[in-house]
Amino acid sequence: MAEASIDTAPRRGALAVGALLGAPVRSVFGFFGDHTLMLFSAFAYLFRRPFRLRLFLDQMEFVGVGSLPIIILVGFFSGAVSAQQTIRALEIFGQERYVGATVGLSLALELAPVFTALMITARAGSGMATELGSMRITEQIDALTTFAVSPVQYLITPRIVASIIMMPVMTMVFNIIGLFGAYLYSIYLKQIDVGAFIEYFRYMTDPSDYLQGGIKAAVFGAALSLAACYQGFNVRGGAKEVGLATTRAVVAGSVSVLVLDYFLSDMLATFFPYRS
Amino acid sequence: METAPQRRPSRGSLATPAVVASSAAGQDEGATRKTAPPQKRGGEGAPPGKPEEPTDQYQIRVRGLNKTFGPQHVLRGVDLDIERGKINIVIGGSGQGKSVLMKHLMGLLKPDSGQILVDGEDIVPMNDLALGKLRRKFGMVFQYAALFDSQNVVENIAFPLIERYHLSREEVMTRVRDLLKRLDLANVGGIEQKFPAELSGGQRKRVGLARALIDRPKILLYDEPTTGLDPVATKNVDDMILQTSRDFGVTSVVISHDMASTFRIADKISMLYDGKILITGTPAELMRSAHAPLREFIDMAGLRRDEDGKAAAPEARK
Repeated sequence: MAEASIDTAPRRGALAVGALLGAPVRSVFGFFGDHTLMLFSAFAYLFRRPFRLRLFLDQMEFVGVGSLPIIILVGFFSGAVSAQQTIRALEIFGQERYVGATVGLSLALELAPVFTALMITARAGSGMATELGSMRITEQIDALTTFAVSPVQYLITPRIVASIIMMPVMTMVFNIIGLFGAYLYSIYLKQIDVGAFIEYFRYMTDPSDYLQGGIKAAVFGAALSLAACYQGFNVRGGAKEVGLATTRAVVAGSVSVLVLDYFLSDMLATFFPYRS
Repeated sequence: METAPQRRPSRGSLATPAVVASSAAGQDEGATRKTAPPQKRGGEGAPPGKPEEPTDQYQIRVRGLNKTFGPQHVLRGVDLDIERGKINIVIGGSGQGKSVLMKHLMGLLKPDSGQILVDGEDIVPMNDLALGKLRRKFGMVFQYAALFDSQNVVENIAFPLIERYHLSREEVMTRVRDLLKRLDLANVGGIEQKFPAELSGGQRKRVGLARALIDRPKILLYDEPTTGLDPVATKNVDDMILQTSRDFGVTSVVISHDMASTFRIADKISMLYDGKILITGTPAELMRSAHAPLREFIDMAGLRRDEDGKAAAPEARK
């Protein structure tokens, strides 16, 4: 698409300059525009017959249940390591008993949604891109069209919806396991007082913190699955291009998660003002 | 992916008057003449340029089909008639737009201009809903079968039925089993529960054919069915196409660049060259033709002419 527009662009004077500037600008807008279109059509197809519940359940299993082991593993160690670093910092002031509150809060607001999103991008996002990419190059996507089945409805919608539903669930799992890891480290290795750990955690965190984390997680789920589906769905060529698409899906998914995180934090902070 | 024709013919060679100018003559095309020798022409007589009445002889008629992809003008006024119940083969080199043409027949691509009449109905202006209905007339056999990896053989074959109708499980299974039997797949142990990755290339092709046939299509499209197969497997696929055409009474459209196989099974051959149909005729007529690009194609394939002008392919058609 982009190459074509460059080839046909007029090469005279001001027009040429415009074309030179125009091509990258067009391709940036095209990139975001194509993603937006795909997201909208995926949602439009959600409300169109036929409804294939099984496809959604399959994808929810793939994104959720399939990612459970890795989320538990990463969650445990992330909780433990953040307890470790927090205690090191708090020791300076002799306030180690705040470790439960600090780790709990940072897990709820940042660590759990972001780490879960990155792990799901690496596991499920890459899987989606590879699967869709190889379906494309082996003409399975064309085959769907010949049976008058919309590939977007059949392939994209279930993946995006499943990611949006399962990301908050997996984030909660991450929270629980992470806190458990922090608890074990603090109580058994650093001899922090159990009562203080629990009481300060309860005092400092609020259900709305978990709600914020959940909202972030849902948005991340949409972003990472959209990036994966877009890259996989639009593969042209052969096995090499499928590999490249998978790489791009993981990079685009991770980057968009981290960038979105900043803006979402900013936005959510105005909706959920910090109470003191 | 189809690309623009790489080899441009010298205009002179194309302008050589063909054997007999023909069929869609009067279609105000350019230098290229169609050379379809006189043969049964049931659908002739309608004034050129107008949409002809559907006749029994032709299932699909393509008129003046144009398609560009960006700067590439892939199809430049294709006129093609597909005969009902026959095996129609479109030959042409790589990148000449054969697949693009085939995708147009099913409405998977929209042409820039031109008409595609399927049973007399112009499919070009149709919307998605109408196209969905139209596609029930078609079955497509993909080059590498394009079976769904995540579904087993039965689910693959039943896919069109399940997506299109509300049938009971028993009815679906009866039709699937019946088709497996007719395509010589029933004797493969445990085939119903196998996944595409566990099948051999030939079995996969047959399962792909079964999936295309399950909804009893009127027209079967084959996308380069013999590409990448060894001679024995090619022969098997040829037999499969012949048998399917005979047993199921479907109209077959095959795109191919395998000349040996083409001359073995075709009722009618059309050559796509430089975005147009260069010549159309029976295998014997094509063998006699002196068209330069066609001759090159035939000679390179190592086929010889015998005295009657019949293809001396090893397995001549009965």
